[in-house]
Amino acid sequence: MSSVFPADSVGLVSPKMAYFDQPLHLACGRTLDEYELIYETYGELNATASNAVLICHALSGTHHAAGYHDMTDRKPGWWDTCIGPGKPIDTNKFFVVSLNNLGGCHGSTGPNTINPKTGKVYGAHFPMITVEDWVHTQARLADRLGIEQWAAVVGGSLGGMQAMQWTISYPDRIRNCVSIAAAPRLSAQNIAFNEVARQAIITDPDFHAGNFTDEGTIPKRGLSLARMVGHITYLSDDSMGEKFGRELKTDRLNYDFHNVEFQVESYLRYQGEQFSNSFDANTYILMTKALDYFDPAAKHDGDLSATFAQAKANFYLISFTTDWRFSPARSKEIVDALMDAKKNVSYLDIDAPQGHDAFLIPIPRYLQAFGGYMNRISV
Amino acid sequence: MRADLEIIQQWIPANSHVLDLGCGNGELLSWLQENRNVTGYGLEIDPDNIAACIDKGVNVIEQNLDLGLGNFADDSFDVVVMTQALQVVHYPDKILQEMLRVGRTCIITFPNFGHWRCRWYLAHKGRMPVSDFLPYTWYNTPNIHFCTFADFEALCSDMQMTVLDRLAVDHQHRHNFGNRMWPNLLGEIGIYRVTGANAR
Repeated sequence: MSSVFPADSVGLVSPKMAYFDQPLHLACGRTLDEYELIYETYGELNATASNAVLICHALSGTHHAAGYHDMTDRKPGWWDTCIGPGKPIDTNKFFVVSLNNLGGCHGSTGPNTINPKTGKVYGAHFPMITVEDWVHTQARLADRLGIEQWAAVVGGSLGGMQAMQWTISYPDRIRNCVSIAAAPRLSAQNIAFNEVARQAIITDPDFHAGNFTDEGTIPKRGLSLARMVGHITYLSDDSMGEKFGRELKTDRLNYDFHNVEFQVESYLRYQGEQFSNSFDANTYILMTKALDYFDPAAKHDGDLSATFAQAKANFYLISFTTDWRFSPARSKEIVDALMDAKKNVSYLDIDAPQGHDAFLIPIPRYLQAFGGYMNRISV
Repeated sequence: MRADLEIIQQWIPANSHVLDLGCGNGELLSWLQENRNVTGYGLEIDPDNIAACIDKGVNVIEQNLDLGLGNFADDSFDVVVMTQALQVVHYPDKILQEMLRVGRTCIITFPNFGHWRCRWYLAHKGRMPVSDFLPYTWYNTPNIHFCTFADFEALCSDMQMTVLDRLAVDHQHRHNFGNRMWPNLLGEIGIYRVTGANAR
């Protein structure tokens, strides 16, 4: 990293902690008496607190969405392509809040933090958290920051689901919902992939039914496998073909069963390995379960249109043509329900070869259309 | 405002719920939102047009008309508008049927291939008409289903549509004596307001 950050970067940022001692009643029936959320903010909150934007992260996301923690950081935050001065979520205009969700493993209370009641790491004893629970904790964080109403709640994938849930749980506290590469609920195929990932972790002997910290182990193989299978679903056939094709690591096939031969194998193993060093196995299970459980229409006999009946926000949905994890058809289900409910909604299907991961990639039409919408928001 | 839209807006009641098929840059919906308290959506596939709609604050949905309107319920709009797109879609009769299903009334505009200049061009040169207004040649034109006013009205009759209003205008959208007297010969653009057989 050079000593100067790019002009469109929010620059050096440092996370903050918010501690809550008001008990949180969870969808699973259990209660968390106290918890902490780690978050970052970019830009300045205006005098009327009307310019606040909440960023909701996806399965493996963190609070570190933009900027750099250190002058030596190799990479900026995970959504730096979209957050910063002059970027789609323009920090000259908006006050951006990005948190690590409850149950995460990057600083907010979660399976890898100490349970104050036992003095030991929560591990398997951490309660199941749902998208609705997250939205309630995000609302408490908003209260803490003096934000009565978000100018926009924005997210991709699982983050887009949280943005949608905001319009249902707190219709008066959100003016715009930007939901990118999301789905109204997971399909059987989506759940199946999540289950493969979970089984990879659970069957790792180092998992110890979730209490691996007590045992002094880390279920690295399971986590790595879970990430590998997940990663396949984030990319498209085309983008994998483009990136790796059938290219070999060595100059010829070895005719043995054990070596890494194809580039794509090597890439997936590297991704899995990296991930298993930095992510908590219980959090991974919790996040995939939160995805599986998300189904706001279930309370309305599956009627998605009725689910949005009380929503007041303007909606903006974006999908990507080669996304097969949450395909354009899934976004269209949401759009159709919103039109049926006569809500304000716009929808774009961006032609992009990158699959589900496209929402993180600076695709010109995507950035322009995203910024175009954000620019219209009055603060 | 584009001249044909200027005419159309007079046919759209205040506070109505409107679907605009091939809404372009959102000019009509934007004007109707601001001046007539109209709600609704525009369907469009051109990225630049979609961006222009977003900039105007018009609800725009990226949706290809050739895939139908199956995502809209019966009678879910007061008015369905389709300007200068009838000749571009693959199945004009099917889209008309769909428009009549989802909307109570429909407004359609399209170029008249029976205009004297087209007739003269074809008769005199023996080749497909090319003009400033329709500048494409036969192999690269997006306009794949040309018809004349007479053809359109025959289809209306076959589909048991009722024509509530019709206007034939020139390419500057002037509605003059000649257009009125001999619309199929002198009118360049047809603007029709129709309703279906089952309309209430």
